[in-house]
Amino acid sequence: MSQTVSNREIPIRVMLAKIGLDGHDRGVKVVARTLRDAGMEVIYTGLHRSPDQVVAAAVQEDVDVLGVSLLSGAHMSIFRRIFDLLDALPEPHRFTLLAGGVMPDEDVEELHRLGVAAVLGQDTPPESIVETVLRMVPVRSR
Amino acid sequence: MTGPNERDGLLLRSDALVHAVCKERADWELNELADFTVRAPESKDAYVTGSGLPVNRVYTPEHLPSNWHEIGLPGRYPYTRGPYPTMYRGRNWTMRQIAGFGQAEETNMRFRYLIEQGQTGLSVDFDMPTLMGLDSDDAMSLGEVGREGVAIDTLPDMAALFDGIDLENISVSMTINPSAWILLAMYVAVAEDRGYDLNKLSGTIQNDILKEYVAQKEWIFPVRPSMRIVRDCIIYCAEHMARYNPVNISGYHISEAGGSALQEVAFTMAITRAYVEDVVAAGVDVDEFASRLSFFFVSQADFFEEAAKFRAVRRYYAKMMKERFGAKMPNSMRLRFHAQTAAATLTKPQPMNNIIRTTLQALSAVLGGAQSLHTNGLDEAYTIPSETAMKIALRTQQIIADETNVTNVIDPLGGSYYVEALTDEIERGIEDIMQHVEEMGGVEAAIDQGYFQREISDTAYDFARRKASGERPVIGVNKYIDDGPGEKIETHQLDPESESRQITRLQQLRAGRDPVRASAALDTLLRVAQDKEANLMPATIEAVRAHLSMGEITGALRDVFGSYVETPVF
Repeated sequence: MSQTVSNREIPIRVMLAKIGLDGHDRGVKVVARTLRDAGMEVIYTGLHRSPDQVVAAAVQEDVDVLGVSLLSGAHMSIFRRIFDLLDALPEPHRFTLLAGGVMPDEDVEELHRLGVAAVLGQDTPPESIVETVLRMVPVRSR
Repeated sequence: MTGPNERDGLLLRSDALVHAVCKERADWELNELADFTVRAPESKDAYVTGSGLPVNRVYTPEHLPSNWHEIGLPGRYPYTRGPYPTMYRGRNWTMRQIAGFGQAEETNMRFRYLIEQGQTGLSVDFDMPTLMGLDSDDAMSLGEVGREGVAIDTLPDMAALFDGIDLENISVSMTINPSAWILLAMYVAVAEDRGYDLNKLSGTIQNDILKEYVAQKEWIFPVRPSMRIVRDCIIYCAEHMARYNPVNISGYHISEAGGSALQEVAFTMAITRAYVEDVVAAGVDVDEFASRLSFFFVSQADFFEEAAKFRAVRRYYAKMMKERFGAKMPNSMRLRFHAQTAAATLTKPQPMNNIIRTTLQALSAVLGGAQSLHTNGLDEAYTIPSETAMKIALRTQQIIADETNVTNVIDPLGGSYYVEALTDEIERGIEDIMQHVEEMGGVEAAIDQGYFQREISDTAYDFARRKASGERPVIGVNKYIDDGPGEKIETHQLDPESESRQITRLQQLRAGRDPVRASAALDTLLRVAQDKEANLMPATIEAVRAHLSMGEITGALRDVFGSYVETPVF
């Protein structure tokens, strides 16, 4: 790994979420473990959360990254709802949004336009997930 | 059957033969192999199967089971070679492509298309709200109505789904779990309304709730009341639906969630044991229902391991049913299974390669003796399959069935030193895991302790690492990668209006139904639910006839049964 928590004063905090009724949790758990092994603090919400619950939790936990895993095909509806909720926050949030799961190419483009920083697929190697997160999160000091 | 003395005498490997073979192998290793590998080393230090079992360079008679009866003949105990004496010579496997999207009418059109293309069984995929027992207008259903499967809220939806399809002459499999009993009630109601004889209906509901807590993660109620619902379905079908499979015990999802071939079949057998114990404890004789238990496994990428896996689990099941549960009827010991190729092996890059993967996995299932098969669409790493992708997938099965002649001979891999050795090893592996689960206090205790979930998650993580390191090649992903943008494929497009149409229809139906009948049906259902010994099925059939929706039924029952909440492990 090119850069880990050891050269970051404050570890990166990541929240990984499953939203909606989708029970596919293989990928999100692999990502959780990969990021944890790379020295990040990982909070996994567990299954079947609502967009409202997840956005509120991400704000409260002051995370650097919110990753949402969706293999149910509902990603467009759910991300639109997440961005509506973020727009309605009293203060701007500071976390970067990531998406992961099975998504057609045209939806990936649309998610980028909405403001999702990166979309991870089932074939994205673990190292490149770590690199993506490290690249996206600026180094903070105390 | 043969007597014990005769059985003991039917040795596949005599001491003399094993001795001679070992001697020759030692000689070969010294005189052929040693020099050869100095000049041309093997590509790896160690070779393993897809699920990580170490494999030898070559197999010989020393690796065969000791007794001929471990292999035996098809249609005879222990059914290693197949549940039936003629297998595909008598009847080909059922070609059963799963389908479901949008509203019932849209899926009905896809069914008719698949039947026209030569498909011989139907399989229904439901959308997430239906799978979780929620209505289309529930807040949690946002974006999911008709998305990954068909939306069914009420009885008229179910009638529309099977409109114009002769249910006495085609078997229908429904992939549905925590809400399975409601769908079964709707199916019974539709059949009765059309004047069908329930005893003539053949089909399956998945209804395998335990693997939901283990792998697929679709649930409503806690484990105990959910087990009671499974029991009620098994008993109802034993009494009213002679040809219907009330549970389809499924390893597929265990594999897709990341489990190995061995974990898949071992966890499935542990779950099977729990269901059988439960129904037997209700006072039903094992031979009255065991013949209707059916199974569902993945056909993964390791060609020989998968065929061996099917053979091993067939043999293990036969022995368990006979020796542990005292089954006497052959049908109670015959493991019949549906197979589906492995969706998790499909790749988004170079999607046409998925046709080849699926073909090989399908062939493995056929050599392993599957009764029914679904082949995945080439586009399933993108979204649910298009009509074209489903047609190619169906043609794949038809080519295997009609052009390759592999169906001429039963269990053609039987007697292969390698496949027999793997079959034995997997069977022993199942037994070890079964014992471990028993020591933990059974399946429910193991679920509570997160045992299955942790095992699956560990294997999934290990697989991801092996794939990332290139140790597990995936063509087009970590090997032979294309530069630049990949080829575009045509994917299934969902009708964006489908969700709102379905919600409107549901709300109109609720507004127009007889409120007195609906409320009386709900009261009865709640009363029956409180009596643990009572069977939920009759009251549920009346509830769907009174046009109560699925979400209303599960919602009310949550007050009696409670809701399940998982503590995630990773």
